Amino acid sequence: MSFSKFTILESKPVLMPAENIDTDQIIPARFLKTTTRKGFGENLFHDWMYSKNGEKNPEFILNKENGKGKILVAGRNFGCGSSREHAAWAIYDHGFRAVVSSFFADIFRNNALNNGLLPVQVSPEFLQKIFETGESSLVVNLPEKTIKISSTGDCEYFEINTYKQDCLINGYDDIDFLLSNKDAIEKFEQNR
Amino acid sequence: MSKTIFDKIWDSHIVKQIPDGPSVLYIDRHYIHEVTSPQAFSGLEKRDVKVFRPSQTFATCDHNVPTINQHLPIKDESSRIPVEKLAENTKKHGITYFPLGHPSNGVVHIIGPELGITQVGMTIVCGDSHTSTHGAFGNIAFGIGTSEVEMVLATQSLLQTKPKKMLIQVNGRLNDSVCAKDIILHIISKLGTSSGTGFFIEFAGSAISSLSMEERMTICNMSIEMGARGGLIAPDEITFSYLKGRRYSPKGADWQKAVEKWKELKSDRDAEYDTKYQFKAEDVEPMITYGTNPGMGMAIDSIVPETNEYMGFTKGEKLTEKKIDYVFLGSCTNGRIEDFRAFANFVKGRKKADDVEVWLVPGSIMVENEIEKEGLGDVLRGAGFEIRQPGCSACLGMNDDKVPDKKYCISTSNRNFEGRQGPGARTLLAGPLVAAAAAIYGIVTDPRTIKQNIS
Ligand code: SF4
Repeated sequence: MSFSKFTILESKPVLMPAENIDTDQIIPARFLKTTTRKGFGENLFHDWMYSKNGEKNPEFILNKENGKGKILVAGRNFGCGSSREHAAWAIYDHGFRAVVSSFFADIFRNNALNNGLLPVQVSPEFLQKIFETGESSLVVNLPEKTIKISSTGDCEYFEINTYKQDCLINGYDDIDFLLSNKDAIEKFEQNR
Repeated sequence: MSKTIFDKIWDSHIVKQIPDGPSVLYIDRHYIHEVTSPQAFSGLEKRDVKVFRPSQTFATCDHNVPTINQHLPIKDESSRIPVEKLAENTKKHGITYFPLGHPSNGVVHIIGPELGITQVGMTIVCGDSHTSTHGAFGNIAFGIGTSEVEMVLATQSLLQTKPKKMLIQVNGRLNDSVCAKDIILHIISKLGTSSGTGFFIEFAGSAISSLSMEERMTICNMSIEMGARGGLIAPDEITFSYLKGRRYSPKGADWQKAVEKWKELKSDRDAEYDTKYQFKAEDVEPMITYGTNPGMGMAIDSIVPETNEYMGFTKGEKLTEKKIDYVFLGSCTNGRIEDFRAFANFVKGRKKADDVEVWLVPGSIMVENEIEKEGLGDVLRGAGFEIRQPGCSACLGMNDDKVPDKKYCISTSNRNFEGRQGPGARTLLAGPLVAAAAAIYGIVTDPRTIKQNIS
């Protein structure tokens, strides 16, 4: 899948302090039935977005004025639960390009990286600072692996391995790399 | 250098290591189902790439399917289309597919081991987080996303970073009325749902090695609920005798050779782990969850430690004697023959409670057949139950088996997230025995307080 290249992203954050936001909240299973990758953004956080009678829930952050932005900031253990990549697609499709948390579930992290959505893992203290600073914009700099709160100047490094960093900066995905390694894979099979 | 069983399997599957990056990991077995594969196949088509090793991928449909009248076409179009797509895609690419009604059809993590496709010392993946189940046989098995499904279809490999290693030992003897589900719910309630993130777990100890393969699968199945990539148990005679004679298991001289090799597969005595935990089997009691993640579990007779609005529970209250509306026996956690044996044995000679809706959903057609062969079907029907057809069913509410808003369901599945079993559904996770007791009495019941049938 092709996604846009990622270098420096500046945006207001969308703050969701809840912890353990799981994949069933990000996109409930009943919306997984389409056979394409498109359109999942509409059902992102569906059961929080809409009340039971189908009306938009005005209390939910994404329905508020300050719920617009490209960086989602969430409490620890974001993306736990199922392996559904639809969770990453829905977040990307909604317009987010990065998710910031102090802790990510493994499969979600991989899925996000495979779809051009950058998971930025920060320290619990830094996360707290973002929540406290509120709406000040954030700057995520992937080449330098830093995240900065614009208004206060607070800055922190985040980790990402060089391979994945290159992939995101250039808009490549793993499959291109693996396909270019087919000879090595065949050789491995023969030598077993 | 000494190695854990995890190191040994991992190292023997590395095709290539990228400096300061992940490894190219070779994948032995790949399972696919209708929900997470269609986009992977369309991705392949867009790139004009063929499936690289079709004989190493196996397909079933399970997530979307109805659990009654499976001989009829699937009514709900949005469920039918993904199933039709899977049939189309597997045919086109020469992949073995067990469609609805096929004697090998069932929930992906139930049929793999039953058919002997899952063996020992393998790397196994599937676009489903509970792929960790297959670790019970001494495999590195983990769930992947759809982009990764596409990678495996295209190259039989994945790019993976090696996780850290955790050892969880459970020693001692289990108390009566305590099952494997209780062990894993106990562990998760102590360690929390993110304690395993970044880790691959090895379960060991005398209480683990005395478990049957079905029980080991229940444990490994839920290792993902701690956030771990997966969990495994070193293979032993119990593993080998389970696999012997299965359809895809090696035969004759190949079998002998395989077992010789598998016997070597264990962690070295002084192998190192990043983290270790110890549990005593005697401390494990029948468990139940009171909240909306699998870590929110407690012994069934304790008091709720914190108020949970979604569940409608207040701090300090007891759950025993709470009215239950639904009971679900099934899923890749507890939908195997042993679970049906335990349930049937409990309800034998008793009668189903009138005001409880009970879904008994075998994990596969093989389980369904075995239920009848062992006469459990008659026992269950005699107690007022009906048996449905295989599928994921109420585990994730993608078909019609949904628990209504605010209704309580004792479920033998693995996740109690908000809305998992249907919008507003309130899920209490438990083992098959607690499920059976609720189905008979209509309330949360501590199985230790009931005289049990001697099996
Ligand atoms: S039974 Fe539940 S957990 Fe298992 S594969 Fe099906 S949906 Fe996933």
